Amino acid sequence: MRESYQPVLSALLNKKCFSLFITFLLICSYVQATIITVCQNCEVSTVTQAVQMAQPYDTIKVQAGEYETVSLEIKKPLTLLGEPGANLNGAEKNYILKLLADSITVSGFSILNSGRSYTKDYAAVYVYKASHVKIINNKISKAFFAILVEKSKNAVISGNNVLGTAKKESQSGNGIHLWHCDSMKIDKNEVTGMRDGIYLEFVDNSLVKNNYTHHNVRYGLHFMFSNHDEYTDNKFEQNGAGVAVMFSKWIVMKRNHFYKNWGTASYGLLLKEIYDGEVYENRFEENTIGIYIDGSTRMTYSRNTLRQNGWGVKVSGGCYTNVFKENNFISNSFDLSYNSQLNDNTFNNNFWSEYTGYDLDKDDKGDVPYRPVKLFSYIVNQTPETIILLRSLFVDIINFSEKVSPVFTPDKLVDESPSIRSF
Amino acid sequence: MIKILKYSFSDLMRSKWSYIYLIFYLILGFVLLFLNNDVSKAIITLMNLIVVLTPLIGTIFGIMYYYNSREFTELLLAQPVSRSKIFFGQYLGIALSLSLSLVIGLGVPFLIYGIFQSTEIFNFSMLLVSGAFLTFIFVALSVLIGLYNSNKIKGFGYAILMWLFLAVIYDGVLLIAMVMFRDYPLDNLALAASFFNPIDLSRIMILLKLDISALLGYTGALFQKFFGTGAGLVTSLFILLLWIVIPVGMMLKKSKSKDF
Repeated sequence: MRESYQPVLSALLNKKCFSLFITFLLICSYVQATIITVCQNCEVSTVTQAVQMAQPYDTIKVQAGEYETVSLEIKKPLTLLGEPGANLNGAEKNYILKLLADSITVSGFSILNSGRSYTKDYAAVYVYKASHVKIINNKISKAFFAILVEKSKNAVISGNNVLGTAKKESQSGNGIHLWHCDSMKIDKNEVTGMRDGIYLEFVDNSLVKNNYTHHNVRYGLHFMFSNHDEYTDNKFEQNGAGVAVMFSKWIVMKRNHFYKNWGTASYGLLLKEIYDGEVYENRFEENTIGIYIDGSTRMTYSRNTLRQNGWGVKVSGGCYTNVFKENNFISNSFDLSYNSQLNDNTFNNNFWSEYTGYDLDKDDKGDVPYRPVKLFSYIVNQTPETIILLRSLFVDIINFSEKVSPVFTPDKLVDESPSIRSF
Repeated sequence: MIKILKYSFSDLMRSKWSYIYLIFYLILGFVLLFLNNDVSKAIITLMNLIVVLTPLIGTIFGIMYYYNSREFTELLLAQPVSRSKIFFGQYLGIALSLSLSLVIGLGVPFLIYGIFQSTEIFNFSMLLVSGAFLTFIFVALSVLIGLYNSNKIKGFGYAILMWLFLAVIYDGVLLIAMVMFRDYPLDNLALAASFFNPIDLSRIMILLKLDISALLGYTGALFQKFFGTGAGLVTSLFILLLWIVIPVGMMLKKSKSKDF
């Protein structure tokens, strides 16, 4: 049902001050958008039809029902509201929704069955060159890519629930995929069963907050070539690897929870070629590798808790002037592992659960320096099969002798004032 | 046999060593829980301790009891009782009383600190089971050594050496071998080698609970299969059982042919 302003308009046109009315009309159409209701027995029975007849800034309300929507292009600013049970079904053919104009809102829908392809990135919701788009509280399932945003700005992607069925990396798409975007906000989404939960490539000044990504095939959250971004309060559970941050600068990572990312190439957090980032107040629990650092420089790690990981922190080549302070290393199989004897990173005032020193002057800092790299972690790096001797008495003995006089482990790698209490 | 078991058992229960052993575990359990006030942390510390300590105590107790009760054994041998019954009864007496000390000694403190309300109940029972297994294995091995050596000093020496070998030297040799042959595929060797040492085996059983995240970091498919599924636990338990059956069998066979 489309309400009309025609009678009012013609009445007004009889009067003389024509230009005033035109102005009034413009304001009127801008502020008082019409509402188009779509339901299966209504006059307007498909979403496509509604979008065609809608004027810019109209609202389309979609009632419960199954609507086949294949590659629906929206080229004017519209608000699409789905009522509970409103399903947009892509019939496994193509894109489902294509948002190609600014200020489009898509909210409350259940969107399912996008096409699958090895040459095209079919997505349930596709956004291209648009700003101020809002994608809120949708349920997206059985999609190739769930939400794919390209060359856009100031979008909000919030409260969506993405459920995929990915088995292999090569045959699946990402949950929320952003490419060449700026000032985006991604929050309170839940993504599971996709390739990457959230993927950001060339995305600057964006915020990723309160998301929960779990059981994805590859990464929970993946950054490439993205600068000045922040992700906080997210939870990453049982993904192929928790979070990978690669080739990015000035990333802030705060209060995230990395949990049970298990496997041969599995990390809570993978940092590759990262500069000037901050990692603080995160929790890493029961991951194969808590933090894996490769070629990262000028990073600050503080107040993180690493508990019961296989490796707390694994440092690979080319990491310079990183600072680790006030972190908790608790019951990890290996707190810290280095693959070389060089060390240019600082460890200061961390809490190490395996620290055996004492604190005579009661300043809460141990009087004996702590050496976090054990000989056995060096041996396991060289010969991975020796992992089977973990916690053996013989290994404890050789670790002790190495602690007394370091030969194989970096001798300058010392925490001079290890904390007695955990933070 | 039951009579002999009963006799050995009550004999050991009367001796002060069982009480000292019991009190040791009681104190250990209480102190650990008092210092940590966290059941799961205390279990981790205990796991490290138990794989070394129970074999040592089992070995010393087993060989000591065998030599001390030698005269009584000879007296029994003069009676119309079959030899296997005598030795099996004595063996069970020692192993049961030691296991009982272990279970009570650690069970009481943990019960008081509320193990049943904790999620660690499985880890804790795992700890007690592997401790009991190790006791049974090492008592059998040390009685076997006693049977083969009439000379007390020699017997003691061999028993301690056996413990030292299995607890420390074996792992050292294995480590050196693995580092030397690191260019070759080693996962078969690593797993097989640990089957030949009960201490390693129970250590791995414990690792499966504690350090599973680290163990899964290794790429070998065999490791993945062994550690990633329930197969690891079942196989370990089965082989530990073999480690009891074979020495006990050898013990009974030797006892039949031994000239006292």
